[in-house]
Amino acid sequence: MFKSNPQWDNAPFEGEVKIPSGCAVSAIIDRGGRPMTGEKVIRSIATMHDRSNGLGGGFAGYGIYPDYKEYYAFHLFYNDFQAKKETEDFLLRHFEIVYSSEMKTRKVKSIVNEPLIYRYFLSPLSKRLANSLLDEERYVVKCVNAINAGIDGAFVFSSGKNMGIFKGVGYPEDIGKFYLLDEEYEGYAWTAHGRYPTNTPGWWGGAHPFGLLDYSIVHNGEISSYDANRRYIEMYGYKCTLQTDTEVITYVIDYLIRVKKLTLQEVAKVISASFWSTIEEKSEEDRREETFLRKAFPSLLITGPFSIIFGFNGGIMALNDRLKLRSMVCAEKGDLAFISSEECGIRVIEPELDKIFSPAGGQPVIYTLKEGRV
Amino acid sequence: MNIYIPPEYEVVRDGSRCIECRVCERQCANEVHKYDGDLKMMISDSTKCVNCHRCVCLCPTHALKIVKSEDTYRQNSNWGAQTMNEVYRQANSGGVLLSSMGNPNDYPVYFNKILVNASQVTNPSIDPLREPMETQVFLGKKEVEIKRDISGRIVDTLSPQLSLKMPVMFSAMSYGSISYNAHEALARAAEELGIYYNTGEGGLHKDFYKYGKNTIVQVASGRFGVHAQYLEAAAAIEIKMGQGAKPGIGGHLPGMKISDDVSRTRMIPKGVDAISPAPHHDIYSIEDLRQLIYTLKEATDYKKPIIVKVAAVHNVAAIASGIARSGADIIAIDGFRGGSGATPTRIRDNVGIPIELALAQVDERLRQEGIRENVSIVVAGSIHSSADVVKAIALGADACYIGTAALLALGCHLCRSCHTGKCNWGIATQRPDLVKRLNPDIGYKRLVNLLTAWNHEIQEMMGGMGINSIEALRSNRLMLRGVGLNETELRILGIHHAGESM
Repeated sequence: MFKSNPQWDNAPFEGEVKIPSGCAVSAIIDRGGRPMTGEKVIRSIATMHDRSNGLGGGFAGYGIYPDYKEYYAFHLFYNDFQAKKETEDFLLRHFEIVYSSEMKTRKVKSIVNEPLIYRYFLSPLSKRLANSLLDEERYVVKCVNAINAGIDGAFVFSSGKNMGIFKGVGYPEDIGKFYLLDEEYEGYAWTAHGRYPTNTPGWWGGAHPFGLLDYSIVHNGEISSYDANRRYIEMYGYKCTLQTDTEVITYVIDYLIRVKKLTLQEVAKVISASFWSTIEEKSEEDRREETFLRKAFPSLLITGPFSIIFGFNGGIMALNDRLKLRSMVCAEKGDLAFISSEECGIRVIEPELDKIFSPAGGQPVIYTLKEGRV
Repeated sequence: MNIYIPPEYEVVRDGSRCIECRVCERQCANEVHKYDGDLKMMISDSTKCVNCHRCVCLCPTHALKIVKSEDTYRQNSNWGAQTMNEVYRQANSGGVLLSSMGNPNDYPVYFNKILVNASQVTNPSIDPLREPMETQVFLGKKEVEIKRDISGRIVDTLSPQLSLKMPVMFSAMSYGSISYNAHEALARAAEELGIYYNTGEGGLHKDFYKYGKNTIVQVASGRFGVHAQYLEAAAAIEIKMGQGAKPGIGGHLPGMKISDDVSRTRMIPKGVDAISPAPHHDIYSIEDLRQLIYTLKEATDYKKPIIVKVAAVHNVAAIASGIARSGADIIAIDGFRGGSGATPTRIRDNVGIPIELALAQVDERLRQEGIRENVSIVVAGSIHSSADVVKAIALGADACYIGTAALLALGCHLCRSCHTGKCNWGIATQRPDLVKRLNPDIGYKRLVNLLTAWNHEIQEMMGGMGINSIEALRSNRLMLRGVGLNETELRILGIHHAGESM
């Protein structure tokens, strides 16, 4: 798989070793559904420059493909044209390709050795889908996994509808410019990530956000429950190939929402559960519910420091670990809502706020579009 | 003709310290010590000594010690003294050799070759003195379909669960193999600690029904003491299919330990050896086990988790997989080091596999098959310390059973003579004069102390790993590294070697 700098050729790939990272995260949403470019979120994450080390940056934008919102938007990294050909053959066998093009990028001095980057809008071939006996989403996920695991030199890094992930090796503000997020795209919500990994795989696919269909996660932290979570979730058809916390957290949330049909609030009570002593003090109904969730999903409790921003079609959720071992601030101004590792990441784009607060450990903050928007 | 077998240990008395108070004489049920009126001094017969250290501990002037005898056969690396003695004993008696407690031989202890991780720099350790550090666990089937009431709130549809304040329970030790006072100490300690003790296959003494909510009752192949109230009294029911000290054979309680009370509790005749059958004669296959599980569930209205206890043998993973699909809520696995009150020596010392390997394989197999959440896993068979508990949980256990460690807390010195029924510490005996030496008021406090200390240590180690809840440690094998293990051992344990990164 592609590495951005040949001098790192001896370093292991993402997925071959587990790489702890510190990071910065940021997000903005217009709950009124008004579109905005990525310019604001780039400024926000750029302010926290020192929380990244130039080895990974990325963004997710929601509502950015209104003209193709019925189609799965695949973003792909290719090492070479051979990988591209193989992948496109695969895509043709499984999807109708409604539109495809090379990703528009601009040259940025600090962004070097970029892979080939392509975008496809896809619709599953109905016969193929019917024969697979899978629901449509599972079918798409399976195809994504088949490409990522099976085709050497190809990596799908975004696969949702009406949203897109843009990422690479570099400082996030440079990555944002590289993809022209400040000009080319307008969405109602953006999340951003600047990475501070503790070694240098320098692989574009390893940058964040991590995506699964329209779900995206940016994450700051290093979870201590990783292997317990991984070994649980792998029982249910997920395969953690990247060995990143972000990957396993995404799968955990996907499993709880899509398979177990939990609400976001309930998901938070599983992965960032209250302490038993706190649960004891709650109302009887809450106590019953939270006790049940902890008893039923003990292996999906996530411990160790994390602050995550979970993006989905229609909203974003901020969540800290139960001890709040990573900083994270939320704020609101009219329809706009902000989440950031540090307050400066919010103030730089909106100095005057209606409300600003630090959510407690384990307390989810969910911002969604007002009803009827988008 | 009986060949004289020299004692392995010798009693050594420091005459300058001995005050001839005769405590040693009164304390020794083996009649090692006696006062010689002619010589006007205490004398000792080392051939009767089992090296239980009762006299050493109680001698007010510390005049006694037990040393390894220097008497030796001609040195032989192939035929050791014990091997030769066993041949002599069998030639003398024509009998099967009996032993007690766990396999003492020099096999690897894998727990001692596993090291635990700690957090630094990229991830903070957590201080259990200042932050909550949760060691509470629930045992039982976790797999559940989410159901909601009309208002959309989740309904609790979980199978019955055992709630443990810490992930350790007292292992099955029957009334009969151990004393009334030992049972009382275990029951009261379990109650105070918020955990469970296990009756073993000897029934439940009527005095102890009041500890029912902290009691696991056992149903073994002999069905000793099993009746409706017995099942009703308990928090959970354990079907004993096997025992680590004696895979493949049933229990054996020597007749001299079957007192009136034991006889009543077990519902068997007094003074006659109680030998439970090797298999359950209504379970010749996995589908039969399922029937017994559901029989017990029916009998108790599906309100109690059913545990199936098996010995760790070569195909334990496949067996566990079968059990996990048979309605059991918890699987207990007992490793080849597991203890026993009486076991044929050859079985104890040669049958079964180490618990660490069995656990790793069972956990992995159940995950491969996607049924790990159908059951909880409890492991036993020489859990020596809190560190072993931490390692077992990281390998994939939900909780551990301790037997030997609990008996040590009560005073046991591992002389491994339980089958003689003359335990000087009042534990593995039914002789009233010996039983009363174990004060349950003190005994239960010592058990509480032991596990309270272990719980603190578990919390310290968890905090070091940056884990503040025990469920995040379970099966978290990245927290473990092997040291001095070969590739095969590492593969079976599912861990990396020390020095390999995450």
